[in-house]
Amino acid sequence: MSEAKRIGVIRDINGPIVTVELPGVRSGEQVKIGELGLFGEVISLRGREAVVQTYESTEGVRPGEPAVGLGWPLSVELGPGLMGGIFDGVQRPLEKIALQSGDYIRRGIAVPALERAREWEFEPNRELTPGNRIGPGTVLGTVQETPTVLHRIMVPPGVEGDLLEVAPAGAYDIESTIARVRDPRGLSHRLSMYQRWPVRKPRPYLRRDDGISPLITGQRVIDTFFPQLKGGKGAVPGPFGAGKTVVQQQIARWSNADIVIYVGCGERGNELVDVLESFPELDDPYSGRKLMERTLLVANTSNMPVVAREASVYVGITMAEYYRDMGYDVVMLADSTSRWAEALREVSGRLGQMPVEEGYPAYLASRLAAVYERAGRVETYGAGSGSVTLIGAVSPPGGDFSEPVTSHTKDIIETFWALSKELADARHYPSIDWVTSFSKHVHTAAQWWHQEIDPDWEKRRTAALALLARDAELSRIVNLVGPEALSDAQRWELEGASLVKEGVLQQSALDEIDTFCSPHKQFALLDLAITIYKRGAALIKLGVPVSELQHLPLMAKMRRLKSLYASDQLDQIVAFHGEVEQTMESVRLEYAKHGEAV
Amino acid sequence: MSIKDYRTAIEARGGLLIVKDTASVAFGDRVHIRDHAGHSRNGQVIRSADNEVLILVFEGTDDLDLENTWVRFLDEPVEIALSPEILGREFNGLGEPRDGRPPVLSSIRRPVGGSAINPAARTYPREFIQTGISTIDGLNSLVRGQKLPIFSGSGLPHNRLAAQIGRQAKLVDEDTSFSVVFAAMGVSYADAKFFRDEFATSGVLRNVVMFINLADDPPVERLTLPRTALTAAEYLAYDLDRHVLVILTDMTNYAEALREVATAKGDVPARKGYPGYLYSDLAEIYERCGRIHERHGSITMMPVVSMPSDDITHPIPDLTGYITEGQIVLSRELHNQGIYPPVHISPSLSRLMKDGIGKDDTREDHPRVAAQIYALYARAQETRNLASIIGADELSERDRRYLSFADAFDERFVGQGEAEDRSIEATLNLAWELISMFPRDMLTRVKETDLAKFYQGSD
Repeated sequence: MSEAKRIGVIRDINGPIVTVELPGVRSGEQVKIGELGLFGEVISLRGREAVVQTYESTEGVRPGEPAVGLGWPLSVELGPGLMGGIFDGVQRPLEKIALQSGDYIRRGIAVPALERAREWEFEPNRELTPGNRIGPGTVLGTVQETPTVLHRIMVPPGVEGDLLEVAPAGAYDIESTIARVRDPRGLSHRLSMYQRWPVRKPRPYLRRDDGISPLITGQRVIDTFFPQLKGGKGAVPGPFGAGKTVVQQQIARWSNADIVIYVGCGERGNELVDVLESFPELDDPYSGRKLMERTLLVANTSNMPVVAREASVYVGITMAEYYRDMGYDVVMLADSTSRWAEALREVSGRLGQMPVEEGYPAYLASRLAAVYERAGRVETYGAGSGSVTLIGAVSPPGGDFSEPVTSHTKDIIETFWALSKELADARHYPSIDWVTSFSKHVHTAAQWWHQEIDPDWEKRRTAALALLARDAELSRIVNLVGPEALSDAQRWELEGASLVKEGVLQQSALDEIDTFCSPHKQFALLDLAITIYKRGAALIKLGVPVSELQHLPLMAKMRRLKSLYASDQLDQIVAFHGEVEQTMESVRLEYAKHGEAV
Repeated sequence: MSIKDYRTAIEARGGLLIVKDTASVAFGDRVHIRDHAGHSRNGQVIRSADNEVLILVFEGTDDLDLENTWVRFLDEPVEIALSPEILGREFNGLGEPRDGRPPVLSSIRRPVGGSAINPAARTYPREFIQTGISTIDGLNSLVRGQKLPIFSGSGLPHNRLAAQIGRQAKLVDEDTSFSVVFAAMGVSYADAKFFRDEFATSGVLRNVVMFINLADDPPVERLTLPRTALTAAEYLAYDLDRHVLVILTDMTNYAEALREVATAKGDVPARKGYPGYLYSDLAEIYERCGRIHERHGSITMMPVVSMPSDDITHPIPDLTGYITEGQIVLSRELHNQGIYPPVHISPSLSRLMKDGIGKDDTREDHPRVAAQIYALYARAQETRNLASIIGADELSERDRRYLSFADAFDERFVGQGEAEDRSIEATLNLAWELISMFPRDMLTRVKETDLAKFYQGSD
């Protein structure tokens, strides 16, 4: 790629869309606009003129001011120093910007993503010796980026040849040479600890693999009912107030991924601050370290420029792919892909492109698919298996799931966690609707659950779903003729479904104990709810009236159990299981005696 | 740039004026226009090309002619002058006095467009604000720096509620009252008068700045009014260290003005004719509220959104709900039953409530008792529907209990006087009184310890 700068002139300013006369500029190239030096990207070319979308507000820019083509496409810096940071939609470090420009973001400010002055303790890969043949992905050495994350310094894609030398262990800044390599043409290259990569181009890997293990999120309705795999792609659609953000934040908090990348794309500023302030305090349930040490934020809040919002998703996923290439399981959360799609719509509208559905451009579906397709589990070049799981929130207007963004997303993803307004209004959280949600991974996940947790997992799950389906059916009758019309057995089915709903599905993100639920505890609760239902159903068959069972103290306890005992108090839950069996048995005996007496 | 009057207008329609053969004009700059009668109008550059400029005229383009219109580019952004003197005053959308008093003179001038707060500079809002209204304080608590809109419908008492909140809002353990920035867009003369009288009689007028655009004032001015008002709010909050409550009424009129101009510009419509950028545009306004590191003041916002035909899925309430941190929804049904304030708790929500309540902020049981009320009320609503089909007599005793709970709740918890300022303690006690209509084992959302301490039932 040539790095020659081209200088042109601004012709027209229409909000974030600026037309410049800049012959020879490439489509996708970065352009610096005007005296303020705002950054933008060429989105179309026509004759001598190029149309540029700018990542910042163009207020104060005049026709006639200069425009400079920078010679490269929108790229990110990849190297140690990313973890724990917060970046804007074009990877500018927001904390450093705050130091330089105060509470508001000054336009045209250019700060590199990675700190140049900071030195990192580099530990070379002992298996490499000069003369080794190395190529893309070869691990040259490691840097302890945060106490949780070991950053593998890799040969960037496109570089191949004989290793000349690797730097000895020691402290280096990211621009220092840590290795030299001679390519097949005999040219020697210096490699440093960071690399650049254009965000719109997926990073290469050796081959694509199927997902094999579930992403454990500690959320029962997700893990037990609609599981996601590491390397899968999922969507969380829901009207406002249904709890999309909480679901996403819970996944960011409690999932068993190595790295979490949270892209706040056109959403509320305060939500990102919530993550920013709470994550450094929260413990990762797996490593015991602070959550922020494995988390990276990309923030383009709803009031920040719309074009940078479009870029933010690509910036996030490129960083996700980079950590995947080190052999890590990465989860990327995009909240919300609807705002991203709206950014596309806004730009296309300003360009006067023909809208198709609800003003969205015709390329909406293909762009969405291309983004989601960057998720997956892969065999990396040099670090074994790694994965990117992509979970996107969708904000359908009016909660209407037939709108373009939701319906196109639904065609692409594998896990669909549909949030329901009705459940949210009743404060049933997470408001993931068990009727409209789906997961295509149940079968694969079952193998893991059967091996690691309990061979009855799939049976119990199916029993619970069947109970919920019966509940929906019976509720329709109740709504027409009242509960008195139901038989005792049917009313017990409603009671059983309510145990599943309140004792298993509902999970409070705010409850200290219940916010995270280990797979063992998930299964124990599910098993208990089904056991209670089954034992009770058998008793009712024997003639025990439903009211007698409904008022057993164990029913209220089952509903509270999830927040009584934490995941490491499994023995208490097992003890309660014994209690249940005992109580049910004594009811049976008592009733049998009573029955004989009559 | 030399100051020059252009008489080269070539098109005027729908609040937009196109002028050709101009020198290089900066995008977003302020424009001064003199019409054939010698009257002044104000405008802003919304597209600037080599020799053609598109201007948004705040006073509208009615009665302009192309021959006798003089356009001057002022080479400065749209700004307002700010000083402590703005308190107690009344302005229009451009910051010009409406109260017959002289303009504010100050060297402090700020562009009304504002710029985005760096998310890394924000502080998470967590100080509970007591509004004295049970449905808000108890179930949908407001915190300092939050944006919590009132979703209403025509004829519902949203203005009375907003005024009551403006009057009663305070922090529990601090004796600071709020400064109020009141921004009215396209409201009726009567509504504007209501607020003016309300502020005057409660004696807070010295602490209020009003920005008013009446229903018969030019609609284009509504586009700049909330921005002007927020620029004043930012000045009060961050320069003068005040806690500011911004009331914006009615955002529906704002969005309609935006649609009017967008249509005139030929923007591609998204839903119901509103432009695709309505979300970003609303966000630019709403997101100016919040708390910032190491600043003493704060901006809390209560926009009023009237839902056209009471439809919460209409683009304006819908997009607002996606940006704001919750919503307070008013119900026509409750209003018709004579209940004030007619807050429908089921669709109402405060997203920031969780961190502003509980042990150290309000009371330990607060989050759980709120969850319990919601669960019981949701069930009670189902029972009400059932009762309307099969009749209340057919219900089980347990279901009838839900019905009497819901009735008592609507009447005593939701309903309160317009001058009734309930403490959070009183609100929570009332909540316990109501949920104690149920036996202990049905209260599964509260802890055993809560029951031991607060349960008032007999069993």
